[in-house]
Amino acid sequence: MTHVLELKNVSKTFGEVAALHHVNFHVGSNEIVGLLGDNGAGKSTLVKIITGYYQSDPGGEIYWKGEKIDHLSVPMARDLGIEIVYQERALADQQTLWRNIFLGREITNSWGLLDIQKMRNETKKLMSTVMGFTSSAVTPESTVGTFSGGERQGVAITRALYFEAELVMLDEPTMGLSLSETKKCLDFVAGIKAAGKSCIFIDHNIFHVYPVVDRIVVIDRGTIAGQYMKNELTLDELLDRLYRVAQTGSLDQNQSATK
Amino acid sequence: MTTTLEAKNEARIVRASGFTKFLRKWALQIALTIVAILIWLFFLWRAPTTFKSYDIYNSLMLTTPFFALMAIPQTIVVIIKEIDLSFPSVMAWGVAAYELVFVATNNVWLGFIACLLAGLIAGLLNGLIVVNLGIPSLIATIGTQYLWRGVVMISTNGKGSGMVEVKDTVLYPLLTGKLFGKIPMEFFWVIILGALAWFFMNRHQYGAHVYLSGDNEDSARLMGVNVNSTKIIAFCLVGLVAAFAGFMVSESLLFFWPTMGDGYLLNTLASVFLGGTSVFGGTGTIYGTVVGAFVIAIIQPGIVASGWLAYWTQLIYGFIIVVSVAVQAVLRKRFI
Repeated sequence: MTHVLELKNVSKTFGEVAALHHVNFHVGSNEIVGLLGDNGAGKSTLVKIITGYYQSDPGGEIYWKGEKIDHLSVPMARDLGIEIVYQERALADQQTLWRNIFLGREITNSWGLLDIQKMRNETKKLMSTVMGFTSSAVTPESTVGTFSGGERQGVAITRALYFEAELVMLDEPTMGLSLSETKKCLDFVAGIKAAGKSCIFIDHNIFHVYPVVDRIVVIDRGTIAGQYMKNELTLDELLDRLYRVAQTGSLDQNQSATK
Repeated sequence: MTTTLEAKNEARIVRASGFTKFLRKWALQIALTIVAILIWLFFLWRAPTTFKSYDIYNSLMLTTPFFALMAIPQTIVVIIKEIDLSFPSVMAWGVAAYELVFVATNNVWLGFIACLLAGLIAGLLNGLIVVNLGIPSLIATIGTQYLWRGVVMISTNGKGSGMVEVKDTVLYPLLTGKLFGKIPMEFFWVIILGALAWFFMNRHQYGAHVYLSGDNEDSARLMGVNVNSTKIIAFCLVGLVAAFAGFMVSESLLFFWPTMGDGYLLNTLASVFLGGTSVFGGTGTIYGTVVGAFVIAIIQPGIVASGWLAYWTQLIYGFIIVVSVAVQAVLRKRFI
């Protein structure tokens, strides 16, 4: 079976630090993968390699629908249908909503001239249909810096959806959100599955991740520590394994956390 | 059908009138325009003989463009959260390059092209140092300011030279003539460059990337904006326009002197910041900079015409800048 995305032997070093070390990772078609790990485990580095922001160290290979992709860049990843909602949302606070929606992908003609009216109109449509901005106080000209955490999340997610991604990655999407906003976010993940797309869901909060994913990948200190289908273990068993990995660096039950 | 929750949320919103929305959108430009008009009215009251005469406005249109032109691309650089302090030396370097090529070829046009290219290369050097080497632009451009001044002094042996040959070409009336026999071409070049810059900053993808890169460089990079080339282009524009302005200054006097440009640094930067461009990046307007330049330009003649000592100029500059920026900050908080 051809995976939507496959990484083989991917490593990434920053100076003397090996953020990722010979990682093999894949995402299936219409699959939601939960990527779990402690702070500094390498989760964000992994997704930044998938988005083309970072380049893998030599020897690493990336495959998209079975085809090898060399020198993946951010624009290239987007053209393939890879979108990401970053942990930091990647928004420009002093700019308007429509500028943020089309950040880096402005609608232009062949001369580079902006089609501002079209971008405003598209933003207005997205506001009510996707973002759930029903208040008349928010317009396409509203400055994103005035939005709440959930609204900013809505903008970032809408941006990922608008360009019809086949693989959507969510990096800590529920951080800083209220209860209702968190529910909206998790419903959104379920919606990705229903739409036939794939998703990588990165979060610290296992209680958010577990209900919505198909498979769980645990990453620890730059390597894949374990992979489970959701139906293979309960939430408590998963918690136990995550704790063991964090304490010992291994899923081996014989290894004590006090070593 | 509106839910109870939606109705509650809507009831909390303070409805803004169309006028308030207009103020909110154009707060900075409105504030600056008001400040400019108030200053002009003040000097008109203090020195009516001077400010009711066309001569003062002709003088402003002749002299302000020399730093207003450089303030326009400097605005772009500051919006992108950098700064370029080398432009006074690049002004001189561009004309020095003209002299070198003219002496070698006896061709004014080739010399003029060499002048512009020299400025472009100076800007490119700044961009590459800042982007590729990661040196803060403040430090890098202080360094290149000395570098280009040194190159000019060495290449000219510290001596000035006449540029009478330019008078026989169309460049002379084109850059420093008078339109309709009255309005200095220098002023029109500010309008032309200002309009072009406004267009590219507000209607072209490059301008969108400038604002985004200055607002949040990390976000811009994450979303695929080529921040590096955006910055390099901005520095190139400063170099190109500085060389152009230097040529215009020299042509107006038909003389080039190797220390030219030194007096324009503060006025240029003051125009940019008075015009509302934030030193923190991400915001600023070409309109604000152009108006700011003429506000700066009117202060000294206004003070002298009002019968005060010229020493008051620096104090008034500082006062106006602080008040203008404060007004902008208040309006931004109130309406944004």
